[in-house]
Amino acid sequence: MAAAIRLRFRRRSAIPGFGLALGYTLFYLSLIVLIPLAALLLKASGLGLRGIFEIATEPRVLAALRLSFGLSLAAAFVDSIFGLVIAWVLMRYRFPGRKLLDAAVDLPFALPTAVAGIALATLYAPNGWLGAVLLSFGIKVAFTPLGIFIALMFVGLPFAVRTVQPLIAEIDREVEEVSATLGASRAQTLRRVILPMLTPAMLTGFALAFARSVSEYGSVIFIAGNLPYVSEIAPLLIVIKLEEYNYAGATGIAAIMLAVSFVTLLAINLLQAWTRRFAHA
Amino acid sequence: MPIRTKALAVLFAALAAMLSLASAARAQTVLLNVSYDPTRELYRDINQAFIADWKAKTGETITLRMSHGGSGAQARSVIDGLDAAVVTLALAPDIDAIANATKKLPADWQTRLPNNSCPYTSTIVFVVRKGNPKTIHDWDDLVKPGIQVVTPNPKTSGGARWNYLAAWGYAQAQSKDDAKARDFIAALFKNVPVLDTGARGATNTFAQRGIGDALIAWENEAFLLLKEFPDKFEIVVPSVTVRAEPPVALVDGNVDAASTRKVAQAYLDFLYSPAAQAIMAKHFYRSFKPEGAAKEDIERFPKVNALGIDAFGGWSAVQATHFADGGVFDQVMKAAHP
Repeated sequence: MAAAIRLRFRRRSAIPGFGLALGYTLFYLSLIVLIPLAALLLKASGLGLRGIFEIATEPRVLAALRLSFGLSLAAAFVDSIFGLVIAWVLMRYRFPGRKLLDAAVDLPFALPTAVAGIALATLYAPNGWLGAVLLSFGIKVAFTPLGIFIALMFVGLPFAVRTVQPLIAEIDREVEEVSATLGASRAQTLRRVILPMLTPAMLTGFALAFARSVSEYGSVIFIAGNLPYVSEIAPLLIVIKLEEYNYAGATGIAAIMLAVSFVTLLAINLLQAWTRRFAHA
Repeated sequence: MPIRTKALAVLFAALAAMLSLASAARAQTVLLNVSYDPTRELYRDINQAFIADWKAKTGETITLRMSHGGSGAQARSVIDGLDAAVVTLALAPDIDAIANATKKLPADWQTRLPNNSCPYTSTIVFVVRKGNPKTIHDWDDLVKPGIQVVTPNPKTSGGARWNYLAAWGYAQAQSKDDAKARDFIAALFKNVPVLDTGARGATNTFAQRGIGDALIAWENEAFLLLKEFPDKFEIVVPSVTVRAEPPVALVDGNVDAASTRKVAQAYLDFLYSPAAQAIMAKHFYRSFKPEGAAKEDIERFPKVNALGIDAFGGWSAVQATHFADGGVFDQVMKAAHP
């Protein structure tokens, strides 16, 4: 198994056209991703490093960044765990309604985020179905950071499920059986055999769910309460700067978010490379 | 081969049909009115009336297109090139921003039409729950501990700026002291549990989600709410409020490029006609010339003690002092969350 995977990653391509494909890749990436991001950085560079630093250390911006990144990490973490469980159940068990459940996982992708936000706000508002029940236990969800957390879990879940699903499909049952016949307990099989194979994919799912959550605006805005310093997310602060016709300030925050996201994603990628090596050593 | 020829012929026919459709559409004059959020129903009626009026006068059939959104966002769209023939926004500074950034209309645009280019005005009132269980009668009652007030974020909502100014105007009249007025604003926003980004969002939070004891809202929005939920809410008129003036303007640069100046100007003039003024009153906006409106539409407006924007030193002073980055609103929010 390990050898097969290593082969897949190290194998030389048998298909010609590397130059053409690379050229196309560079052109396409530049057009769709790099040029817009360069425009953003160019606009932000008008502020100078000092200006960006001042924006980054403004207490309100700091509070918004802390909220956005903190909740996104937390939501992505919970999503990865439950995403793994959901993917496992969907791939390993046959039960009526499985196909329907499988399709439902993608709904957060397809739903306009504003609709999701309004639905969640209705559900979790103090007079909503779930909100009323939770309130009787003294838990407020809508219009608090907890509401933001729930909205972010909602939008991130499909990434966590869909990234591990194909890998689970590839794991042969024999692998588990071999592990069992060699004397491993069920927990050992899970911890030493199954999880190491899935960790890189889980990290990918984590990274995608995290990236999606950081940039999320539509669904959060309806359930957040949007109070400065408390439940104001960084993307809203960008919109507020735009309302002040402060394009430089808006791009400044955007550039900071971009930098933090880039560093975080890079760290996740490195971690992934490390776990992959670890898994197959 | 014949099949391919046939397919080609069909393709060409389809293309030709599309082109002729496109040119037919071009032959007709199209005006784009870029407006703010709550005016959808209003302009739907006004546009219908104007199209009929213009056809009766000139025999020409025109098309009116609408674009709605937050006032500031709409202004930015026009700055970025949306070819609005006319803009009908919530705040004069938004049209000023277009004039400054694009030079498509002169800086003195607001003097070109009557009543500071405002065919109607509106005001700010409170909406409370039926029976007024928290006995809210004036601004003072909103800053009491334990009262929850719903108002949108003045940073993102034009209507919310009027709400804020009305509160400021009241506090100023009471204390004649800026520092005390600032404390009043701080106390007010301490009671705000949700800061929605727009006026309609705040209305929903209050009405649908059941949040808050009082909603500070546009008068027209308040009336609309009462119409939709007949037995759930009441309007309370505070002792001091503001005269909100949503202005309209011709975007000269765009109408000259499309040679639609004449009809666009006629459209704006039409807004001041008795017919349009009556439609405005029907939609709960205070018409500039109420003579043409139905009597019962006018009579339902409560008498208010309303301050104009001049009472606050004009828009540019207000923006700089209160709503700019680091202005009074930012300071108040900062002080509340050290």
